[in-house]
Amino acid sequence: MWRFIGFRFLQAIPVILAVITVTFFLVRAAPGGPFDQEKAVSDQVRAALEARYQLDLPMHEQYFSYLEDLFRGDMGPSFYYPGRTVNDLIFQGLPITAELGFYALVIALVIGCLAGVLAALKPNTAQDYVPMSVAMIGICMPSFLLGPLLVLIFGIWLDLLPVSGWGNSAGDKILPSITLGAMTAAYIARLSRSGMLEVLNQDYMRTARAKGLPEYVVVIKHALRGGLLPVVSYLGPAFAALLSGSFVVETVFQIPGLGRFYIQAAFNRDYTMILGTTVFLSTLIVFFNLLSDIVAAWLNPRLRYQFRK
Amino acid sequence: MNFNNARLIFIFLLLLTGCSGGESESRVDSGNRDGVFHFGNHAEPQGLDPHIVTGIPEHHILTALFEGLVLKNPYTLDIEPGVAESWDISADGLTYTFRLRENTSWSNGDVLTAEDFRWSWQRALSPILGSEYSYMYYPIENAEAYNSGQMSDFSQVGVTVLDEHTLQVKLHSPTPYFLQLLDHYSMFPVHRATLEAFGSASDRLTAWAQEGNIVTNGAFVLTEWQINSHVRVEKSPLYWDAEEVDLKAIVFYPTENLVTEERMFRDRQLHRTAEIPLDKIFTYQQEQLEVTKIAPWIGSYFYMFNTTRAPLNDVRVRKALAMSIDRTLIAETVTQGVYSSSTALVPPGTLGYQPPQLFTYDPEKAVELLAEAGYPNGDGFPAFDFLYNTNEDHRKIAVAIQQMWMKTLNITVNLVNQEWKVYLDSHNNMNYDVARRGWIGDYVDPYTFLGMYITDGGNNKTGFSNARYDEIILHEAPAELDKDKRFALYYEAETILLENMPILPIFTYQFKHLYQTSVKGMPNNIMDYYNYKYVSLDPEG
Repeated sequence: MWRFIGFRFLQAIPVILAVITVTFFLVRAAPGGPFDQEKAVSDQVRAALEARYQLDLPMHEQYFSYLEDLFRGDMGPSFYYPGRTVNDLIFQGLPITAELGFYALVIALVIGCLAGVLAALKPNTAQDYVPMSVAMIGICMPSFLLGPLLVLIFGIWLDLLPVSGWGNSAGDKILPSITLGAMTAAYIARLSRSGMLEVLNQDYMRTARAKGLPEYVVVIKHALRGGLLPVVSYLGPAFAALLSGSFVVETVFQIPGLGRFYIQAAFNRDYTMILGTTVFLSTLIVFFNLLSDIVAAWLNPRLRYQFRK
Repeated sequence: MNFNNARLIFIFLLLLTGCSGGESESRVDSGNRDGVFHFGNHAEPQGLDPHIVTGIPEHHILTALFEGLVLKNPYTLDIEPGVAESWDISADGLTYTFRLRENTSWSNGDVLTAEDFRWSWQRALSPILGSEYSYMYYPIENAEAYNSGQMSDFSQVGVTVLDEHTLQVKLHSPTPYFLQLLDHYSMFPVHRATLEAFGSASDRLTAWAQEGNIVTNGAFVLTEWQINSHVRVEKSPLYWDAEEVDLKAIVFYPTENLVTEERMFRDRQLHRTAEIPLDKIFTYQQEQLEVTKIAPWIGSYFYMFNTTRAPLNDVRVRKALAMSIDRTLIAETVTQGVYSSSTALVPPGTLGYQPPQLFTYDPEKAVELLAEAGYPNGDGFPAFDFLYNTNEDHRKIAVAIQQMWMKTLNITVNLVNQEWKVYLDSHNNMNYDVARRGWIGDYVDPYTFLGMYITDGGNNKTGFSNARYDEIILHEAPAELDKDKRFALYYEAETILLENMPILPIFTYQFKHLYQTSVKGMPNNIMDYYNYKYVSLDPEG
């Protein structure tokens, strides 16, 4: 097991290094720089700015000095927000995005598993078709459509929930969490349905029923354990995807999370901020994938044995 | 089983909606009662250091936090006393002597003196700070030389402290709009001790202008700043004119998504929006005209020609292109009345200036001109690229104009759109044939527009160069004290510009906001300028 973990960990390092390098050179290759504006900037002002942000150094020096700072945990000053560091900005947005992602994941799990299990219990009936069709719609519907739709219904027509904000008024976290969780819920519903169907056809299920166990014990105690395994291994990547994919929801609902920085940084050519957010999020994704691999290996001994050989 | 499932789902839904409880009083209603203004401010401010930032959202916050030597009246745009209670202007228009109030102070209680202004202006002009708005200071004697590093002795710059509360400013030429510049945030004073406590004053990356650190001198003080969430300012008890300030607080929201902003307004979360989405304008004008504010703004929307490239290097071609656009039709149908058509660079009514009218929509003349240029009926006319920054409005306008050119002149135009920074890069390197451009004036004077097209000017980028034009803009008009004569010179310059036509005027801008009916004291003016002292909220509204 430790060997497996160690091996996967070592694999992650070159991945992250490659992300840093590619991003570093790509942002600098993009036309238009951080100091290009509608109104012309005089040459001496531009020179002063470039000197302050060390853009006047040769490219390789900039690269290695960035790596050196990054290694010490310093992602540098933001180019767009003078006086703020990328570290500050990321750690200001991260708790909000993480909270949003967590609620979305909980909603996705509850709705997804419930729908998937219900559907698997009575396959090819209305109890299967209805939740699965809803799940299909959920997968197809982008959050920039679902969000405004929910706002229109619950925020404006029914006037039950606030249309925007995060933690400013009661209930303003509900709609964004549902919007962000919807697509994941739909995936989980399909995953848990197929997982459950496979398990429900196993011999030991027949044995359990033959013993005379009540149906709910059969489902909860015997079927769920195996049936939800695919969902468990999907959780890691799902959470990482929720963290890195929340920018649409954050923009629609006016939430001060990490996702908005990510997008704004690209438009502003805020070099350090683009790098910081990209490196940070890719590290998270790699980490959660690693975590779900480890959990999967722990749940499924066959994976571990492969590494013993 | 089925019953149990249904019950589970029902309980879950109850939990989800139940937590919200009944919706309490809206932000606008509680704000009306408590005097708290909820301000849709379009974007997160880059920062609150007045000598570094450059945007309109920053402007809205900085004018609440700081005050310059003078203010403007929002109804007339006339200059009103700010930190300076009075001033004298010498007969030659070159020397301004400001008497500062003795009862004005910083938000930490320190007295605000003339030396604060001198030091602040020196800081704003210091070459290594890299202030992008430093050109606002250039009417002051030697300011440009100091800013560009050619002169290192600030005592030679025309700013002198006569005594603790008297400041004298010497200009290199009479600049009739100089007082207006003093109300621009780039000329606001900053608090020396605070800046120096957080590092070097000429380093743009210190934390002095952040929540908890910043010391200001305006009608409001910064109390909360949550990035991408809101900035809250509250009435300052130390402000010299605090009696006249009605608002208790202003909360600025970075509402960059226009559609979300409009929803927030409808949900009564905002008193004022930064924009109105184009497709909602018609509905608002029909159904809720009382909250809709659309009025002329000091901005021009035009296309620019790269006059160094054939066939656009021929003035007849440029004129033919300009005369074959039916601006009124586009303004009424494509953009639903949010722009007004224009055939000049300077928007009409800029301080009473009326621009020349040299051409009209004239398809026959356009065809003739194109034939004279060697392309009868558009034959042999090479196709050119038309560049605009990615934006739905710009696209709609460009498509309409493309069609008009094709129909009238029988020529082909390729539309090219580029993301904002890429577009700026192409523009700055003159890597375009025809490009879209917008310009919002910094102050109310034709110079803020005409100054762009001097030979090799940083904002010119068309290849236009005319000796007489340069002479008027750089020497004759700045030296002219009489307003009518000066405007006559500008008229002559703009006539030269439009006869050579390096730019193709299309529209003048209008600003578009939504206001709750409870908002008082924010009249329309060409600068879209607010003076928060005049603003109040009607608790009944």
